[in-house]
This record gives sequence, C-alpha cells and structure tokens, in this order.
Amino acid sequence: MGLRWVGWALGAAVALALPQVLPLYFTHLVLLTMIYGLSAMSLDLLAGYTGLTSFGHAAYFGAAAYTVGILTTQHRVPPALAFPAGVAAAAALAAVYGLLATRAVGVYFLIITLALGMGTWGLAYRWSSVTGGDNGLPGIPPLELGLPWSTADPKHLYYLILVIFCLATFLLYRLVRSPFGLSLRGIRESEGRMRMLGYNTWLHRYVAFVVAGTFAGLAGSLYAFYNRFVSPPDLHIAASAEAVLMVILGGAGTLFGPLVGAGIVVFLRNLVSAYTHRWMLILGVVFVLTVMYAPQGVAGGARALWARWRGRAVTPPVAGPGKEPVAER
Amino acid sequence: MSAVCLRTEKLRKHYGGLRAVDGVDLEVRQGERRAIIGPNGAGKTTLFHLLSGEVPATSGRIFLFGQDITRLPSYRRTALGIGRTYQVTNLFPRLTVLENALLATFGLRREKYDPFRAAWQHRQALEDARRLLEEFGLWEKRDWPIGSLSYGEQRQLEIVLALAGRPRLLLLDEPTAGLSPAETQVVTRLVAGLDPQITVLLIEHDMDVAFQVAQRVTVLHFGRVLAEGTVDEVRGNPEVQAIYLGVGEL
Amino acid sequence: MQFWLTQLLNGLSFAALVFLLASGLTLIFGLMRIVNIAHGSYYLLGAYVALTVVQATGSFLAAALAGSLTVAAVGVVMQRAFLSRFYRAEQAQVLLTMGFSFIFADLALWIWGGDPHRLPTPRALAGSVDLGLTFFPTYRLAVIGVGVLVALFLWLLQERTRLGAVVRAAVDDQEMARGLGIHVDPVLTGMFAVGAALAGFGGVMGGPFLGVYPGVDSEVLPLAFAVVIIGGLGSLKGALVGSVLVGVLDNLGKALFPELSYFTLFVPMAIVLAIRPTGLFGRA
Repeated sequence: MGLRWVGWALGAAVALALPQVLPLYFTHLVLLTMIYGLSAMSLDLLAGYTGLTSFGHAAYFGAAAYTVGILTTQHRVPPALAFPAGVAAAAALAAVYGLLATRAVGVYFLIITLALGMGTWGLAYRWSSVTGGDNGLPGIPPLELGLPWSTADPKHLYYLILVIFCLATFLLYRLVRSPFGLSLRGIRESEGRMRMLGYNTWLHRYVAFVVAGTFAGLAGSLYAFYNRFVSPPDLHIAASAEAVLMVILGGAGTLFGPLVGAGIVVFLRNLVSAYTHRWMLILGVVFVLTVMYAPQGVAGGARALWARWRGRAVTPPVAGPGKEPVAER
Repeated sequence: MSAVCLRTEKLRKHYGGLRAVDGVDLEVRQGERRAIIGPNGAGKTTLFHLLSGEVPATSGRIFLFGQDITRLPSYRRTALGIGRTYQVTNLFPRLTVLENALLATFGLRREKYDPFRAAWQHRQALEDARRLLEEFGLWEKRDWPIGSLSYGEQRQLEIVLALAGRPRLLLLDEPTAGLSPAETQVVTRLVAGLDPQITVLLIEHDMDVAFQVAQRVTVLHFGRVLAEGTVDEVRGNPEVQAIYLGVGEL
Repeated sequence: MQFWLTQLLNGLSFAALVFLLASGLTLIFGLMRIVNIAHGSYYLLGAYVALTVVQATGSFLAAALAGSLTVAAVGVVMQRAFLSRFYRAEQAQVLLTMGFSFIFADLALWIWGGDPHRLPTPRALAGSVDLGLTFFPTYRLAVIGVGVLVALFLWLLQERTRLGAVVRAAVDDQEMARGLGIHVDPVLTGMFAVGAALAGFGGVMGGPFLGVYPGVDSEVLPLAFAVVIIGGLGSLKGALVGSVLVGVLDNLGKALFPELSYFTLFVPMAIVLAIRPTGLFGRA
C-alpha cells in the first residue's frame, strides 16, 4: 500500500516540476496529453466501461471549443464565463444526441454516433456566418481568471490545466468505482441480466452518455483556450477516431489506460509530423496493428500480466467451519 | 387459503407462424412450489421470458398478486418481486464474484445511482452480498473472476443473483442443468429450504428433482397446458405418460 | 415550377449516387454484419482511379471499369486478409475498416495530391436535355437511369437468381449452408467485392458533377449511414427509399438554407431513430 502513495507523490512531483525542467516543447506535449487524455478518458467511460463505442465523440469536444470561440471572439464574453458555457454547450448537445443514440446498441450505436458527429462537423464547416466555416475561429483570448499569473504564458496555463485535469480525473475515478460505475460495467457484460436485477438500463446508458459528453466538453473548452484557435477538423471523424484509438491503444475500461494512449498518440503525431506529412497513414496503420495484435492496449496488457503474476501467489481457498465443499473439483 | 401470487390469462406469444406460448392460463398460490415440465420446445422458457418481462406478450395478461404487470418492463417487475435464473448461465463474465453479487444487491436500492462513493463502502448492500455468498460458500472466492469458478458454482451464483432482490416470486429455469448428482442434491436441498413465503416456479427436465421439490406440476405441450395437478395426478396421467414415452422415465 | 423540377432531378441524381454507396454498405452488413467504415474511401478510390484512366485513355467506360474493378480488388484483399480473421467480432472489424479508411485516404492524397478534380463528362452524355419546363444536364439524367438499373439488377440478383438464393442461405445460417456443401467463403468474399465495386462505381459516376477531392470520403460516408439507418441495415428496399429521401432533401436543403444543409440531412435520420430504431424496413 505504501508503494502506491510513493508512486502518487513521485508522479505529482514530476508533474509539477516538468515545465521548469524540460524544454517548452515538452510542456506543450504534456499539456495536449492532458487535454486529449481527458477526452479519451471520458470516451472510455462510454466505450470501455459501458460497452458503447462512440465514433462521434469529437462532436462534444468541438461543441465546447466552438462555443468558447464564438462567445469570446464574436460576443466579447469574458473567458471566465465562456469556459463553463462551453462545457454546458457540450452537455446540452450530449443530452440531445444521447436521446437518439441510446435508442440503439452495438453497431447501430456506432454508426449513429458517427453520423451525428459528422453532422455536427457539417454545421461547423458550412455555417460560416457563425462558425467561420473552413477558416475557423482564430484569436481566442487566453483563459484569464483574475489570477496574479497570466495564462498567456504556456507554463502558467500548464499549471492551471493541471489542476483542472486532476480534479476532473479524480471525479471520473470516483465515478467508475461507485455503484453507478459498477452498474455501467454490468450493462456492458449483460444488459438483460441487469434489467432483471432491477436496473433501468436505458437511464444508466443515457446518463453515462451525457457525463461522457460533458467531460469531453471540459477538454474542448480547455483546448480552445490553449490552442487559441478552433476549426472544423477538431470535430471531424478523424478526431473522433483518434479518440477511439487512444482508448484502445491505452486499454479500454481502465480509465488511466486511455490517458497513456493519449500520450502515445500526441507524442507520436508530433514526432511523425516533423518528418513526414503522412500522419493519417501512420494513424491508420497503428489502428490496424493495435486491433490485430494488441486489442487490450497498454494498460490492458499490463493488467493481464499483473493478474497472472498475482494469480501464482494466491493461496487456495479454505472452506469455512462447518461448511461442506459445495462443488466437486 | 393463501393469496394468489401469479395468474396468467390466455397468455400468448407468437413469432410469426410459430406459437411458442398459445393461450396459457396459470394460477399459482403464494408459497407454492410449482414445477413446469414438458418436452423440448413446449414453450417453458418462453413462458418464463413472458413472466419476467424480457419478451413482450402477443396477447393475454399477467397478474402478480392481483396487479396487472403485462405492460411493465422487466426492471419494474423485479421491483415488484420477481427474480429469475437462466437456463444458460447469465452472469457478468468479466466481473468478480463479489461484483456480480453487489450488482444484484444494489439492484433495487436507490444507492445504485451514487456516482461518488466507492461501491464497497455501501455497508448494507455489501452485507447482503456477503450473507448470500457465504450461504453458498462463495465468499472466499469473492475476488475471483467468474471464469475461474466451476460450472456448479456458477449455477449457484445464478441463484444468488436471483435471491438478492428478495423476490416474492422466483423463476428457476433448469437450475440443475449440467450439474453432477452431488451438486444437484445441493440445489434441490436449497430450493426445498427456501423461505416458505416465496413462491417458486421451477422448469425442470430432471423429473426426480421436479417431483421432489414441487407440490403441483403443470405440463406444457406445444405452448399449451396439457395437464395440471399434484405430482401423483400428473404422474398417473396417460396423456402425459404418452408424450414422455421414450424421452425418460416418470 | 421549373425550380422544383430542377431540384427534384438534382436530388434524384444525387440519390442515385448515395444509393450506389448505401446499397453496397447494406449488402455487406446484411451479409457479414460488417460495418464498413472504409466504404467512403472506396468511393474516393474509385473516382481517383477513374480520373487517372480517363486522363490516360480518354475513355469514360474504361475508367468506370477500372475504378470499379480496382476497388473490388482492394475490397477482396481487405476482407480476406484482415476482416475474415475476426469472424463475429463486430467491433474489431469496424475498427479495422476505420483504420483502413485512413490508410486509403492518405494514400490517395499522396498519389493524387490535394487539389480538387472533376472527371470529364463522357462526350456521349454531354450537354442538356430539353424537358419542356427546363433544360437538365444529360449526364445527370443518365446517372438517375444508372441508379434505377443497378437497383433493378440488385433486386433481381437477390430475389430471382440461384446466386441470390445461395447468398440468402449464407446470410440466414452460415453453418447450415456450409453443411449443405455451399462454399460460403467465396460467396462472402464475392459479395464484399460487389459491395465495394458499387461504391467505387458510385465514385466514378459522381466524378463529373460532385468531383473528387480529399475529404469527399468523409462527407459521403455519413450520408450512406444516414440512409441505412433510415432504411434499415440489410434492406435493399430501405436503401432505395432512404437514398431518395436523403438525395432530394439534400438538394432542397442546399437550395433553401445552404449553411445548415449538411446538418439537416440528419434530421430525417433522427426522426426515424426516434420512431423506429431499426429503420423503416430493417429487421432487428
């Protein structure tokens, strides 16, 4: 048990020291990892824990980002208000889309979320008068919250986002260990059985959908203030697919796995883009390879190894006093 | 005279041309142990699906303690006191034994919506799960994944899940299927030892178990009730004997 | 009146394209329960290959053939070498097709560049037809005609031929079909190839008026999905009805409120979802 606390302390120390020690370039990458990691973790809630793989997750990320963009650049709304407005917009979108998407499960759910995601992209792309169309919305101001340090400096923004990220991750962590989180896994494993145990499974799925969209919106709002620019590619199916890849690469249903997956994708993309334009090709190849050879992802594989290691150390169970063994071996 | 627990009125389930359940009138009193028997394809499991609400009826009505539940979804029926086990083991494959039991004990509690406190911090639900698992000797294996349990233990966990909701009506679908004679005895004793207030409907192919446990028997054939009565009455019924000729001993 | 006729015909010609795409998609899904995300990139590849061939040979016919066959070949490889390894693992198959869609799209970008292109209209079908009320491009009328012919052909294939019966048997019960000595695997691969060829053919047909450019795959795919959601996955009739609906509405939308037109295409999809989640003609 003590080991865990040392691990957390070490991680915290690294996270805090990072921008002071490493080049700015890395700070940017870690920042992006936190933002996309949040989005990927929220997708994991839906895909990994509830068993509902959404191919339109970028819609909520993008809706929040665009809301921030529109409010700050077109209506002079102060960032401190635009930020929660973005999250609220994503939540509202998820609430509406969720009513449609939860009518279905399995592959139907997949294609419905895909269609809804691209439909939202179409809105961002064509509704030029509001969204800036192909050009997007440049000039988003920094997220000034009245703190003594200006978040125009990426190092300061890093700490702000770190705090928000940790808070959000904590909430998600509690959620997946809660009875509600357990119910989602139950639905993933056998929805019929859950209904027979008394669960209104539609309601659980819907709530999970909206919660996932809300956290994706939180990531999107952060993204808008980090990138200071939002454009249609942020909601494109490619963005949604990247989120799915992050979840699978990291390990679906592990919550922190997708964070690792996000890190891998962010770093890989930056590395690849320095040498070639063919990032999408590499993304596709990584996708195919992961599905074929590492479907459990990094965290999933680690868990399997851990379980096997522990399995060898488990002592055989002992029947309680006065109780006969109930099954033949 | 005890109350009527379950009553069905001309219950039907048609799949296009196939009449899986074809006008079943059933009346089961509270505390009764009723065996539902019949050859394969007679409609027994379909009947259970209709009673549990997992399959909507084509026509007819179902009453639970006088309340019309025909239109209610399965999770509402569970809240009203129906629990069931499945012919093909229907557990939560990638979860541990304890998690399976907890899902069952949370099922009818408001706490299942709690998004913040850890599941095992909910004392009552955990206690209920512990009690049930201990009764079946599965508590020591609570952290084991389902796949590590023997088939017999899995079937027992099935019953744990069904009992967790404190049902008034228990639907057991072939609880001894695939079990060894020793394991079958355990289940038989268990069912016999259930709270006498609980009404039990039991689908069984194993006639020994059925006749040991049940007071009354309903025989289904082609979706209809062929015969109904006490164990001896049904045993002695020539029609019933005829359909079982070559299928097994009565 | 003239406006409405033009809109209707525009919509129907677009519907024909969408039908080519959606019918292939629904065929593949109905048969193998594979949701082929790469279907949009099949459209893209078909159009690009046709572009190269027509630029080299001047023959639209050769281009159409080349486009369709190339995509069919790609489909065969994808299905045999990759998808068939994941029999019944639906999610894995979808993810694989998603990966492939990125590979194909980026390869196309690499080979043909980022500029938008338009396939030249075949000379025989150039010009316009006098329909009394208005003039309408001959080619687009031809596309409608082709769409109708393909629909008829597919229907006949499905309902009236021995091949159709074999396919339906394979769909209903693969094990049984195998047990009866029907070679299921070549049938599945063959049908996948047909579905892919339809998409590629759609790309060729759409080349002269929709054009081909990076991103067209991501734009048409959701439309095909909207069609199959409306019509019901696995239903040819559904694909036809859905395509007409989507095609006509798309044109109407573009004419009436262009800024929201792509988004509003998904409204009928939403309505159908709300009322009949499995689609108008779908089986669950």
